[in-house]
Amino acid sequence: MTALPDGVARHDFDGTTSIATRGHPEYGEATDGEWRRWDPNRSKLGAMLALGMDTGLENGQKTLYLGAAAGTTVSHVADFGGPTYAVEFAPRPARDLLDVADHRENLFPLLKDARKPETYAHVVEPVDVVVQDVATRGQARVAALNRRFLDGDGRLLAAVKARSEDVTADPEAVFADVVAELEEHYEVLETEPLDPYHDDHLGVVARPLE
Amino acid sequence: MTDGWFAGLDPDDEAAAAERIASGRAESPDDWPARAVDAGFAEDTESYYERLHAATTAATEAAVTERERADDQQLVHAVRAMADCERTANELAERVAEWGGSRYGEAGSGVGYARRIAEGDVGEGDEGGDRALRSLAERVVAVAEEADELRAYIERTAPAVAPNLSALAGPVLAARLVSLAGGLESLAKKPSGTLQVLGAEDALFAHLRGGAPSPKHGIIFTHEYVSGTRRGERGSAARALAGKLSIAARIDHYSGDRRPDLERDLDERIERIRSRGGDQ
Repeated sequence: MTALPDGVARHDFDGTTSIATRGHPEYGEATDGEWRRWDPNRSKLGAMLALGMDTGLENGQKTLYLGAAAGTTVSHVADFGGPTYAVEFAPRPARDLLDVADHRENLFPLLKDARKPETYAHVVEPVDVVVQDVATRGQARVAALNRRFLDGDGRLLAAVKARSEDVTADPEAVFADVVAELEEHYEVLETEPLDPYHDDHLGVVARPLE
Repeated sequence: MTDGWFAGLDPDDEAAAAERIASGRAESPDDWPARAVDAGFAEDTESYYERLHAATTAATEAAVTERERADDQQLVHAVRAMADCERTANELAERVAEWGGSRYGEAGSGVGYARRIAEGDVGEGDEGGDRALRSLAERVVAVAEEADELRAYIERTAPAVAPNLSALAGPVLAARLVSLAGGLESLAKKPSGTLQVLGAEDALFAHLRGGAPSPKHGIIFTHEYVSGTRRGERGSAARALAGKLSIAARIDHYSGDRRPDLERDLDERIERIRSRGGDQ
């Protein structure tokens, strides 16, 4: 199994072993001392790690997180990562994201539209990792637009939601289309379905093309 | 070279910093922490990140609060103001075009022509008349830009006021419907046949007086699902769209949950309408 980044560990919570990070608890997750459970059922990135995908994540990396929502996943990313920029478009979840950011000096919340990177490129610096979890149509286009934040050896970690692209089509066909479109701007290194944690989601690890 | 959010800011002016986070722009990212230290905005990277944390948190807090406070009446004012600005800008732009044509002999029209005069691309003279015309053109451009600002405000706030209606209709059409009905509650209480012809009152009353055909669509004609459907099926498309929009307005008014299934139902319905009767 692929090594977890420093700061993420498998930890035992009352008999259940799960990945975990150290930080302020945020969403009612199980805790043990300073460790808190990173629930792969609630976090697509957590599922990618739990499934052993080679994410290339490391301790202290600069991260741009697209689709931060209420901050469930991004709270874990900021626990072991470096400066973490969290972009979320909807105001209601952003209220919760603010609470998460209050406990983490390295987490910068931005109420912005991930389809308009020019509205946050004056704040976000070039990063090592772009994590994408946006449930809108045109997920490949969002990845292409945010290519500008990654340098050559950076990583895109995307959770592609089939139902966001086309609810009526077969998820496999949707994934093939999205991956094909991604390949115009990225070299796709690994893909893996995220079930049983998330139905009809595909985890993607990719590297930007020069 | 573009500037970061901190360019020219007083490091202690937190309100200005939050405003810059909210409304600034750049095409590409840059090594902002290093640039900020070079520019003397922060002593070191660590203090830069502290300031960034304070500024992004304050900006997000302000934006979230603004949108939570947004209500349907604010939206109604904004969309009416936007329509007034657009209409006024266009009317004045025609006046500018007429005047400009008489002075410079060059025919142009619209806000684009007014912009060229305002920027001095057309008519470089500096007589009293040139100055007066240029000043008028500048006002036209300013009013047109105000309309754009109002549109951006509507696009930000309509999804908070009416999430489902905005998702189906787009924020601006959603706001226009709320405005025509007088509020979200009265829109939610209208039958879908009324929603379908909101904005076509003249045609509707001509029909009711007798003689004229019934209108098939009002303002919802601006939706791609109506205007992009061929003529013979537009009435059906308008009826289908109006049906889903009135359901969306009711959910928005009475519950406020997001229901993504509505979009799927509508997509499928329009797909069926467009595919029947073959290619014409």
